[in-house]
This record gives sequence, structure tokens and C-alpha cells, in this order.
Amino acid sequence: MSATAPPALPAGLRATPRLDRWLGISSEGHVTLSPGKVEIGQGILTVLAQICADELDIAIDRVRLVPAHTALSPNEGVTSGSLSVSDCGMSVRQVAAQARALFLAEAARQFSLDAAALAVEDGVISGPGNLATSYWELADQVSLAREADPAVRAKAVARRSLAGHSVERIDIPGKVFGTRPFIHDLVLPGMLHGRVLRPPRPGASLSALDEGRLADIPGLVSLVRDGSFVGVVCETEEQAEAALSRHAAAAQWSGGFDLPDAHDLAGWLKRQPADASVVDLRGEGAAPPGARSLTRSYVKPYLAHASIAPSCAIATWTGDDLHVLSHSQGVFNLRADLALVFGVPVDRIEVGHAEGAGCYGHNGADDVALDAALLARAVEGRRVRVRWSRADELACAPFGAAMAIEIAADLSANGDILGWRHEIWSNGYVARPGRAETPALLAAFDLAQPFPRYIAQDPGLATGGGAQRNAVPIYDFPRWHIAKNRLLTMPLRTSSMRALGAFGNVFAIESFMDEIAHELGEDALAYRLRHLADERARCVLERAAAMADWGSATIPDGRGRGLAMARYKNSGAYCAVVAEVDVEAEPRATQLWIAVDVGEAINPDGVVNQIEGGAIQATSWTLKEAVGFSRDEVTSGSWESYPILRFSEVPAARVEIVPRPELPPLGAGEAAQGPVAAALANAVHAALGVRVRQMPITRDRIIAAME
Amino acid sequence: MGGETTLVVNGTARSIASAPGAMLLDVLRTELGLKAARFGCGEGLCGACRVLVDGQPVPSCDTPLWSVAGRAITTVEGLGTVAAPHPLQSALIAEQAMQCGYCISGIMISAAALLARDHDPSESAIRAALDPNLCRCGAHNRIVRAVQRAAVEMRAGAP
Repeated sequence: MSATAPPALPAGLRATPRLDRWLGISSEGHVTLSPGKVEIGQGILTVLAQICADELDIAIDRVRLVPAHTALSPNEGVTSGSLSVSDCGMSVRQVAAQARALFLAEAARQFSLDAAALAVEDGVISGPGNLATSYWELADQVSLAREADPAVRAKAVARRSLAGHSVERIDIPGKVFGTRPFIHDLVLPGMLHGRVLRPPRPGASLSALDEGRLADIPGLVSLVRDGSFVGVVCETEEQAEAALSRHAAAAQWSGGFDLPDAHDLAGWLKRQPADASVVDLRGEGAAPPGARSLTRSYVKPYLAHASIAPSCAIATWTGDDLHVLSHSQGVFNLRADLALVFGVPVDRIEVGHAEGAGCYGHNGADDVALDAALLARAVEGRRVRVRWSRADELACAPFGAAMAIEIAADLSANGDILGWRHEIWSNGYVARPGRAETPALLAAFDLAQPFPRYIAQDPGLATGGGAQRNAVPIYDFPRWHIAKNRLLTMPLRTSSMRALGAFGNVFAIESFMDEIAHELGEDALAYRLRHLADERARCVLERAAAMADWGSATIPDGRGRGLAMARYKNSGAYCAVVAEVDVEAEPRATQLWIAVDVGEAINPDGVVNQIEGGAIQATSWTLKEAVGFSRDEVTSGSWESYPILRFSEVPAARVEIVPRPELPPLGAGEAAQGPVAAALANAVHAALGVRVRQMPITRDRIIAAME
Repeated sequence: MGGETTLVVNGTARSIASAPGAMLLDVLRTELGLKAARFGCGEGLCGACRVLVDGQPVPSCDTPLWSVAGRAITTVEGLGTVAAPHPLQSALIAEQAMQCGYCISGIMISAAALLARDHDPSESAIRAALDPNLCRCGAHNRIVRAVQRAAVEMRAGAP
């Protein structure tokens, strides 16, 4: 038998292999952990502290977390794609395991013992008799300035005492006592306040600014005008708001993009110039003669991230050096784009992370950082904080792209699916900064020397895909043809929103599976299982069905239940959902039963929180949400015109985790969204016999579908 | 600094220098340095800025200072402290009832007002009381459980 090759290092460590870039052990009795991933409300800092403390055998409160910073942290790209536990978490586990081994080796050397004879308890290393030292005593004698060694093995599952347990979030006490600041709360010496004027119509140019209306603005420190970019800097936030209103009244705009046709979104998407590509192919040739074909079309609208906090950033220029505080998901990527805009080398720019509210993908966080840097340049040496308005947050940040999806299936005489065709028309789902030769930040397109408007792209399927994410079915069909048309026009700016294309694709696939089963008179669960060999997929499906007494529960009049499942990205967490809706008035979700397999669940309560939170957000998307627009402006710039699910509308939810402590951990933040959408659509059909193929599924859409 | 307006903020009389037309949220956050009430929309539609005015939850972002002159204002900083937490604060920790937490201050204010007038609220009464507060992370059900837990604790502690 050959020796087992050491496992590959996790992605974070491959990029930054030096241990001391991640971890420091202090003679003062604490451990400094410096991850490249950031807290966005998902609880990642707690999970990383758990993993670190577990491997080192120390109390979790000895772990001090350093917020991501371009000058200090390993570059882990963007905190996205449900990869933080598998990339960063597994890097931290490896680093901490190796650090523990190094300290034990040093203690063993000093005691002239084998390291195996030593034990660690809260950092104290003890051996036979009274031999004792500690990480803290040895801190100055053990160097972590060395590379990660993939041969070092982390603890066996059975010896973990923190990972696998629902440790309380380290950030929650500060949030309930109001003592843990968000970036909006920071008070920094000499800080000024900025606001930026955005055109009412996407792509419009500033044609005039009536100077006569701008005299004597109280507190105005600087007016910044660069092409169509206009911003004000004032001593106080109140003054900045007032100054912005004066400028809004004095501004005249011209031109701008023709927005999509809101009344025929699918038709509009299909009429745009597009980059057509084949996403995936399986099997040869056409379906056998005699097969019956079914075709259906589904539509997903543009969606807003709709963070509760408007985006915010703080910037300062010192000579040619720029310092930025941002709640960006990727401080290095943001720095790269800032360097492009200002034409300076990246080493003149530092970007540090400061917490914001949940972002749910690429919202205005990066854009507002450029706004702040542009305004701060006019007041060199002074900090400038810029905070967007609610209207800009809902109307000017990137949206999740609208999608038209057409699926066809060829059925054998006994109902087997022999062939499957899935075609997507959508803008790309990734217009994040730091990925291209030109910047993707909003203000960069409005400068006097403008950068070209960045058109959203889609990564390949190997890195998760964008619009095509989860377009490849999980079912064992003998042949399929998956195609995508990525739009080359982008009047409404689109980028990553939680789950990316998976939300629309799973909605379509799992609605269609239900439609076929119904057409054949088969049970929706049995019909899926008949085409599904993947044991983990079958397991979550059967588990969710059992939780809801699928097939045997008594369902009240006016209600219906539906079922759906997916494996996120076809490589991540498995999630199955049974949804119940009440269709007496506006359709309302009453209950969700969710089964999930995330591999090793390091913090089970955190997994449940992420899955349930994602499911409730997806319920809101599915039943209520769509960005509103006329041909020349976005009309959903307030909570009245972009309503989201409220407390009284939120369904009860039960989440069960399939225990898989031996398997690699998979992220939980984006697994539930697609299945929830389809389960709700299927539930509406079960209640009314009406199939709604365009989200949001509202009473009006149900009535339209009946006609 | 002597201003024209007096407020009783978290039990202490404060003389306010801000102009009477200033919004209460700006007064609290900027002049008084109380950061728990947060800006979310500026239109009183999301609840993130809610504070208690004489015990009633009010959106402070569109409440002018003059309209609350002389009144008692309670913010999250006045609800409780680490040493002496409000039952809602303990319950939110026990239920791990949030994700990002930007909305949670305003939710605590709405819930505190509810529990002050109803010691045993039904689940639907809790949801109705929290309907003016938006949460985007989907922590609603945990928050409702935390309010129920706080109610139980408050009844047990009541004389």
C-alpha cells in the first residue's frame, strides 16, 4: 500500500502560506487571529475563533480578531460564495494545528520528552510530574515565521471540543448593548461629512449646475465636481444633507439609458445583444423518437440587496497616500479598483474593514468608498465620511440580475426524462471591483475622464458560475444542453446578490420538475427520487418530506404545500424545503420545513440561523420583491415602493441539519434561497391548481396566470 | 453648553444646543454621542432609529427636536448595561437572535414598549408590535422567541 499523500492546503493558505500572517501568540496570554474574510452578520468571526481555540486548546475569549486590512491580512479575495468556512476556516484550522505542534515540540525539547507525552489545557502545556510551561511563556522562543506544512494534521473529530458546538456569537453582546460600532457610528478626530448627488436616470450626464442657487450654503467645506460626479463636504451630516438638497435642486441632467420594458421583461431580455455560450452538455444526439416534449418559461425580476443600513465609507488622503475604511466584502479588490481610478500604485492605498449591516452580496459598499475618496481628495489631510441615502441604496447600488429561463424536457412513455434543455437570458452576475483592467465602481463612470461602464460578467462553472449557477440539473438525466445568453447591454447595473443565478435557475428547474410530475400524475417527491442517485441529495429530500409528513399531513382549505431541493453550486450544501402557503388573500408563507447537509457544521446554531435567515429572505424575494422602473428611472427608492417581508408575514421555520462531522464543511448562507422559491411556487400550485412562472408570486400574478 | 431645549435622556436632564428643527436622531447620535439608535431610511419607515418618547416607540429620524422638548427619551443605552441588562438584552443573547444586528436597537425599543404595557403578549401581538421594524437578515422568528423569553423572565421577576 502506498503512503497517503498529504492533503492539499486550503485556498487561503495556498495564497498566503506564512503562519505568522494569520496567527500570533502573545506572551500576554492571548492569540491574535488575522483572517482575510470579513464579518457581514453571518457570524464568521465566531466560527474562526472557535476553530482556532479548538485546535490550540485555549479558551475562545483568548482569541483576538483583527479586522481585514490590506496592510495586515492575508489576501483572501472576497467574502462571498459561501466559501469562508471551507477556505478561511480550514486555513485557520491548519495554521492553529501547526502552531500547536510547534509549541509542543519546543516544550518537548526543553523537557527532553516526546511531544506525545504533553497535554495542553487553555494554553498551559503540562507533562509528567510537575512539568509545565505555556504558549505564553514560550511565545518569544517559537517563531511562526514559517510556511504552512500540509503534513500537519488537525485534531480528530472526536477530540474537538468547540467545533461542532453552538458557541455564542462573540459580536452579539456588543450589538444588544449598543457598544459595538458599525462604520456609521465611528467618531474620528476632525472628520467631515460628505454626500453625493446621483442622476435621477441611470447613465444621465450633468448638463448644468445653477451656481446662482448655491450661494451661502452653511457649513460647506468643499464642493467637488468632476464631470457628472457632484459631491459636497460639510462640517456636519445635517449640513451635508441640506447642501445636497440645494445641489439636487440646482442640477440639470440630460441623456441616460432606456431602461428595460417592465411589462415584458422576458421579451426585453431576449431582444438584447448577448454573448451566447454553452454552459454544459451531456449525452449525444436527440431524444429517441416518440418522446413527448414539454417546454416552460420562467422569469425572475431584478432584486435589490436592500440592506437596512445605507452604504458608508471613510476616506483620508495624506499627500498621495489614501486610507479608506469600508464595509466592502473584499478590501484588496476595492483597493485594486481605487488604484485604477486614481492612477496610483496599490501600495499607496490602504483599505481596512469596518463592520456595516448585512449586505447580501455586492451592494453599494465599494461604490461609496470611491465616493468618499473622491470627496476626501478635496480636503487633503481630513477624514471624510460619506453615507448614501435610502433612495440611492435601493436604486443606485447593483441589482441581482433579471433572468428569463426556458426549459424543455423530453419524456419517455413511462415518464422518464430522457433529455433536458435549459436556456438563460440574463445580465452577468459579477461586476465586483478588482477583477478587470478598468474599475467597476459607480462614480468612475461619471468622471470628466470617465472609465467605460463595466458590464457584468459571469465566472466559469468551475468557480461557481454567475447567471448559470445551478443551471446544470442535479438529476440523472441521460442528456442535457445548458445554454446561456449574457447580455452585452446593462441599463440597470447588476452584480452579485446572494445565490446569484441559483435563485432563478433552481426556481425554474424545481418548478418544472413539479409541473412534469403533475402532468404525469406522479407524486413530486417520488418523481424527484426516481431521477436522483446522489445519496446526500436523497437524504435531505426525504428528511424535509418526513419533517412535514409529506403525503400524509392534513392541509387546511386555502392552503397548499410544495417541495423543492438543490445542491448549491452543485458542489456546496444540500438543501431541501417543504413550504406551506395560505392563498386566501395575498399569498403568504405559513411554514417552512428545511433539511440541510453542510458537511461538518462547526457552529450548528449558526448554520440554522443562516439557513433560516436565507429562507426568510428568499420568501420575501419570491412573494414580494421586484425592482420597479419606468423607461427612464428606477421607481423603487423607498421601503414603500420596495416592500420586504415584515414580522407578521414571516413563516414559521424548522431547520434540521443532517450530521456529517467527518465531511468537509460547506457554507450555509446561500443554500436555501433557490429551493424556497420553487417550494413556494409549487405550494401555490398545490393550493389553487395555478402555476405562476414569474416572480414575485403575488395575487395579481395568480389572477393573471388563471386567465 | 446651554441650549434652548431640554430633554430627559435615559433618566438625566440634558440641555440641548442643537436647533429646534434638528431631528432627534441627529441630536442623540451627534450631540449626545448615543449611537445605538441608527439611521436606516430617514423617513420613519424601517424602525432602525426608534427610541422611546415617554414610553412610546417613535422613529427619531423624522421627529424634530422641538416636538419632544421636555419629554423623556430612552435609547438602548438607557435600557440596560452589561452589569444590569434589560431582560430583552439577556434574551436576545440567549436566543442568538440576530445576524448583522443593525436593526436590533430599534427592535429592542419596540419590544420594550410592548412588554411595558403587556406582560404576557401573544406571538401575534409581538409580531404586530414589531411590524414597523424591518429586519433584512431573516432573524424574525428568533427575535420573537427572545421577546417571549424576556416576557417570561419579567413576569417571574415582577413583585
